[in-house]
Amino acid sequence: MLYVVLIPLLLACLIPFISKMKHNIHTGIPVLLIPSAIFIYFIRFVGTNFEPMRQSYNWIPSLGINFDFYLDGLSLLFALLISGIGALVVLYSIYYLDSQERLGHFYVYLLMFMSAMLGIVLSDNIFVLYTFWELTSISSFLLIGYWHFNEKSRYGALKSLLITVLGGLSMFGGFILLSVMTGTSSIQIMIQNAEVIMNSPYMPLALGFILLGAFTKSAQFPFHIWLPDAMEAPTPVSAYLHSATMVKAGLFLVARFSPIFAGFEWFFIIVSIAGIVTLCWGSYMAVHQTDLKAILAFSTISQLGMIMAMLGFGTKLAIFAAVFHILCHATFKGSLFMVAGIVDHEAGTRDIRNLGGLMTLMPMSAALALFGTFSMAGIPLPFLNGFYSKELFFKSTLKLPEGTHVITTFLVEVIPYLAVFGSIFTFVYSLYFLFGTFGGQKQLDKLPKRPHEAPVGMLIAPLVLVLGVIIIGLFPNAFNGAFIAHAAESVAGTEVIKEITFWHGFGSTAFQMSLVVVAAGILLVSTRRKWSMIYSFVPGRASANHIYDAAIAQLDNGSRHINTFIMTGSLRRYMAIILGTVFLITFGFMLATGGFTIDFSNLADVTITEIAVVLVIIAAAVGTIFTKHNLGAILVAGVVGYGVSLLFVIYRAPDLALTQLVVETISVALFLLCFYHLPKLRNEKPQVRTRWINGTVSIGFGALMTLIGISAHSSDWFSSISDYFLETSHSLGGGDNVVNVILVDMRGLDTLFEITVLGIAALAIYSLIKLKNNRGAK
Amino acid sequence: MEFIISILAGVLFSTAIYNLLQKQLLRVIIGTVLLSHGAHLFILTMGKLKRGAPPILTEEGGPYTDPLPQALILTSIVISFGITSLLLVLAYRTANENDTDNMEQLRGNENE
Repeated sequence: MLYVVLIPLLLACLIPFISKMKHNIHTGIPVLLIPSAIFIYFIRFVGTNFEPMRQSYNWIPSLGINFDFYLDGLSLLFALLISGIGALVVLYSIYYLDSQERLGHFYVYLLMFMSAMLGIVLSDNIFVLYTFWELTSISSFLLIGYWHFNEKSRYGALKSLLITVLGGLSMFGGFILLSVMTGTSSIQIMIQNAEVIMNSPYMPLALGFILLGAFTKSAQFPFHIWLPDAMEAPTPVSAYLHSATMVKAGLFLVARFSPIFAGFEWFFIIVSIAGIVTLCWGSYMAVHQTDLKAILAFSTISQLGMIMAMLGFGTKLAIFAAVFHILCHATFKGSLFMVAGIVDHEAGTRDIRNLGGLMTLMPMSAALALFGTFSMAGIPLPFLNGFYSKELFFKSTLKLPEGTHVITTFLVEVIPYLAVFGSIFTFVYSLYFLFGTFGGQKQLDKLPKRPHEAPVGMLIAPLVLVLGVIIIGLFPNAFNGAFIAHAAESVAGTEVIKEITFWHGFGSTAFQMSLVVVAAGILLVSTRRKWSMIYSFVPGRASANHIYDAAIAQLDNGSRHINTFIMTGSLRRYMAIILGTVFLITFGFMLATGGFTIDFSNLADVTITEIAVVLVIIAAAVGTIFTKHNLGAILVAGVVGYGVSLLFVIYRAPDLALTQLVVETISVALFLLCFYHLPKLRNEKPQVRTRWINGTVSIGFGALMTLIGISAHSSDWFSSISDYFLETSHSLGGGDNVVNVILVDMRGLDTLFEITVLGIAALAIYSLIKLKNNRGAK
Repeated sequence: MEFIISILAGVLFSTAIYNLLQKQLLRVIIGTVLLSHGAHLFILTMGKLKRGAPPILTEEGGPYTDPLPQALILTSIVISFGITSLLLVLAYRTANENDTDNMEQLRGNENE
């Protein structure tokens, strides 16, 4: 399975070369083979006698990070969706995207996404899952910003990235907590140890973090705001990422982890509330949109909310319905997105106010849209899969889990009504989408292009999806036994219902709810103009978008302030800040740990000569600060150097003394050579404040070094390794000058590199001198 | 004596850093030179001073001074010589190109 997951990513590397070649074949045609092959690979597993399988490949075993792939019913459902819808989307994109576009980029991003998404659904290792999770965010970002010359594309891309990555990071935190609690990074082992997690005090924190990740990814209220802006992406991308697959990653995550958290009452409360609120808000807002894709975006939000709510309910029926609806939603919403893309492509606009009456001009598209919207609306017909899942949804709202918390009892009362409310608006926007585009009066003068039916190739992909709607609608049980039941089982942990029935009888509450939806929906559709003014009150001007925009503006401003405050471009200031920090931290640390010690025993004796040399050096060093002439400063610095070499003589370091003398002499000569070219030293009077800061920093740092030196001398933590060199110098190095043996034998490589450094410095010096003065060229 | 050398090293560090924080390039370079002197003395005191003969093995044997700090310092002297020469030429070149050796004026463009 490793290859299946990584093949899109690997083959993506070839795409740039293919797309650069001069030929008449659309880049999408070779790409089409990849998802098709993956689909065929996975379809083999479909069947009633399916057994979960696992495969492991080592990646970073020392950290417990491995490619552990686990294929169970849920993964299989998603893998089929990813590869199947992926193939259809690539097919559709061949006709949608002109060969003049930067197709290389597009398909590389798309394949990258495909790999990442397959990785999410197949990984059993949470860290690998997280890696793929962020990769989907990045590829989504790149695809939304595909037409990067549009301001709105860039805005939408950034928004989606910021929100989903924020959630991803939070999810990562949750994962780390989980892996600390259970000591494993495998999800399946975590599920087996669910009790350990449930009893941990960090469990609510982990749950909250993970849910935040899931909610942002699956566009749950109030994080839904990125999805409408993501519609700036090319339509194939919207159909693929932002309706069928990526936005369902959050649902996948909740489903994957629900065996762990399902018994926890707050899991039900949080997830159900998030889902049901998103359902209502999304469907309510969808009716208000004018852009075809915006309607579909809010509709997606609302449907995602519905699935999320069902996962929150956690009953067998609800889980089954959720999994079933994931499949149904992918079919009808994918086809609707493609129809919206066709309308945009052929009529030149997606603004529903300018569209209308396209039924006679685009009969095929209209027919496809008819099936898609009716299925989405949940109209009770036995060949629409949307009705089945809607009916299951209603049934599941009537049998909610029991709980002790007051919120639970309240939710149990309220959720059925909210479900009906949300579904009424779902009905309304479905018909609004259909009749606004294809019904009513033609307004050809408002359209930029004269619309006509799309080429056949473009219709194939939505047609296949609509056929899926119908086939699932006609034979739900065939699909159920083959793989939906397996998927539901892997979430619920036990066997769930096997039969999906169309007719529950007039007496069934769920059917009555459906009837209410249809009746109220028809009423609202026919009177839409009269009540649409309500949108100026709710939501009015209130919107989570304002919060997002304000937060981004604040973040920008804040960063700029910090930046201009710290990054002044003055190296002196940077240095003062760095040294001051080093001083404070080191000093504080030494003080806190009692590192400063002083011990007067075991010291060498003090002689007059040494004192005299030390005093001269101190005087010369201080002198460098106060001299006002170049020559003076150089000579005084030279005095320090010669003084130090004298100290080397006294302290029995003949090699050092010799080297220091030679180096010092050459240095002074060099200084003198250069000083002729350097501007004269000025007697600068810096501000008193600056002088104080500089003085404090330098004196503080010097004092710190003195203290460290004294403490190091006074404490005896480790025995010296020097004896080793003294003992082995002759036997190993064959030399009696131990310092030399260390340098050329024991640490020979260091010395070699040292010579290299000197060589590089010499080259640099040579080129700096020889480099032509290019001031004239500027 | 070790403590006195430690203090000397501290003084060298202080003066070095004060010079480093100045505006003129020449002073900055002198600062780096002083800094390496300070570091050398600092390392030297780590191996205790004046304990025995220079670390050149003789027939008599007997205590020798710690050779390890000396080896480290020898490396460092050579490297700091390289750095000093490079910095000097760089300063010469910079001052020539930009007509200034003032660090405050060598900040680069505003928009970087």
